[in-house]
Amino acid sequence: MPARDYIRERFFPHMWCPGCGHGIVLNALLRAVEALGLDKKNFVMVSGIGCSARISGYVDFHSMHTLHGRALAFATGIKISKPELNVIVPMGDGDAMAIGGNHFIHAARRNIEMTAIVMNNRIYGMTGGQFSPLSGYGTMGTTAPYGNIDHGFNTVDLASSAGATFVARTTTYHARELADFIGQAISHPGFSVLEVLSQCPTQFGRRNKAGDAPEMLESYRTGTARIDSKKKRENPDLIERGIFVQKELPEYCREYERIISKARGE
Amino acid sequence: MSDAVKFIQGNVVCAEAAVYAGVGMFAGYPITPSTEIAEHMSVRLPQVGGKFLQMEDEISSLCAVIGASLTGHKTMTATSGPGFSLMQEALGYAVMTEIPCVIVDVMRGGPSTGLPTHVGQGDVMQARYGTHGDHAIIAVTASNHADIFRMTVEAFNFAETYRTPVILLLDEVIGHLREKIRIPEPGEIPLVGRLRTAVEHGVDYHPYLPREDGRLPMSDFGDVHRYNVTGLYHDMWGFPTEKPEVVYGLIRHLVDKIDHNSEKMTRFRKYHTKDAETLFISYGAAARSALHLVENRRKRGERIGLLELNTLWPFPADIVREACRDMNFVLVVEMNMGQITREVKLAVEDPRKVYLANRVDGELITPMDIQNIVRLIQGRGV
Repeated sequence: MPARDYIRERFFPHMWCPGCGHGIVLNALLRAVEALGLDKKNFVMVSGIGCSARISGYVDFHSMHTLHGRALAFATGIKISKPELNVIVPMGDGDAMAIGGNHFIHAARRNIEMTAIVMNNRIYGMTGGQFSPLSGYGTMGTTAPYGNIDHGFNTVDLASSAGATFVARTTTYHARELADFIGQAISHPGFSVLEVLSQCPTQFGRRNKAGDAPEMLESYRTGTARIDSKKKRENPDLIERGIFVQKELPEYCREYERIISKARGE
Repeated sequence: MSDAVKFIQGNVVCAEAAVYAGVGMFAGYPITPSTEIAEHMSVRLPQVGGKFLQMEDEISSLCAVIGASLTGHKTMTATSGPGFSLMQEALGYAVMTEIPCVIVDVMRGGPSTGLPTHVGQGDVMQARYGTHGDHAIIAVTASNHADIFRMTVEAFNFAETYRTPVILLLDEVIGHLREKIRIPEPGEIPLVGRLRTAVEHGVDYHPYLPREDGRLPMSDFGDVHRYNVTGLYHDMWGFPTEKPEVVYGLIRHLVDKIDHNSEKMTRFRKYHTKDAETLFISYGAAARSALHLVENRRKRGERIGLLELNTLWPFPADIVREACRDMNFVLVVEMNMGQITREVKLAVEDPRKVYLANRVDGELITPMDIQNIVRLIQGRGV
């Protein structure tokens, strides 16, 4: 099935700003699903609130646009009730790490099979450029006019210590790697987290002198390096890309089947 | 469990009734005085092939319940006041997206942490207006175990019939009270199942296009029809819209589907009302004391009756107005500062005849408490 058959064409062009990275995430996601050859009727996308959350309207899956930060909780109810479905949960950085932080760590701890994609543009875009838990110290935002004194989370570290069994990071510059990681995350038999650095030239770039979209993409190329690469060893400050965690632990839905057998005395 | 007389807690009755109604999934978070419902669900649901989840908070509990309902299961959560406050956000989502589910609130003394192990009935208005935005809501209650069973099943039936969240307001006293109950036989109480669309694969399915009777057939997530669900105002396909005429149509639909059918969900019991000159109106544990007093005073020849409400929202104003007509006075017995009293005053022809007998100190209101108020109203002193 060609990638365009996975979208709802009548809702295009999408609502994201020119230069936004989220369209690249959507594109990579479609390519990943296409490469896996999976039937779209078995896909559910559950999103929260924000720019990132609008992605669920564009895919021709079962789609649920829920509450700010709560997408993983809704998705948990769907997955436990119909474990045969592939559940993808795209989230923004504020969505996943601030208002949804608790749901994020507990979904990871539970190791319920679903794919959480954190589309990290380091800003609350839809509300006009307020700093997020991933903006980082010293950044500028409409609610940090004198510079941000909040320190950021490290999504990869947080997901890993919360118990996610697949944790990866890449950027919208590395589009092929992105599609590859999304595919691996979907195929992973447990809770998978993929952080995608996704540029927001409108709200973050403009206020932080990060340049326009091409410049921000270029900074993803120069500012990141693969785990254990020569480039990373030579420049320890670079942000690492790659798969940080990939392990198998008992998955929640399959564990629950064991509970049912036990309760029935089987 | 059928064909058996049990001596169990009200909370356990509620859980058993949910199983009887066909609940397939429960998600919750421990909170006094509702925890026994979750505990019993964790035992019973896997026995019947259902799923029990203990979530990280009440917010995620209701979200998970809504998600599970969308896949085609009857679902429920249970909590108390503080947890019910946290659920208001997702409650509004279930209203807007028209996803059936049942929310049990075993009321305790509030506000805030209040009196976790003591009774209160202060969440009546939270049930009605707790979530933001205009909406209609269904909330039911009970005062004894047979009615807890019946109203729990009714709550599921209303949820499925009207595609809406339904609130079951219990309280600490009846939740923890143990009394005898005969568990009804299968089929004894009619069950309303999920109304699924007959639209076949390949034909355009409109998840938010009501039929002529106002009902909206559903399609399970994961089944053949792929559609969108959103808490934004949406069109008949479930996609966001800001068109004023579509927005207006949806808010009217959400309110009218309940308000225009209110008589179909009105449940109440009348005790000794035929020749009554004085009427008590009560619900939940308070109604037990009210009934006790009515039966005692009847023995002394006093023409006194009780209207016990099982449906609180939509408020059965017509039933109340009719029952209060020609009464010397009406006494609303409840354990809050007069949340239903206010509704009764709005419903009756002469609100000056409506009084409140309450107790808000965490103790169950007693027949003596009520009698003292009656004497004050009659000018006889306590």
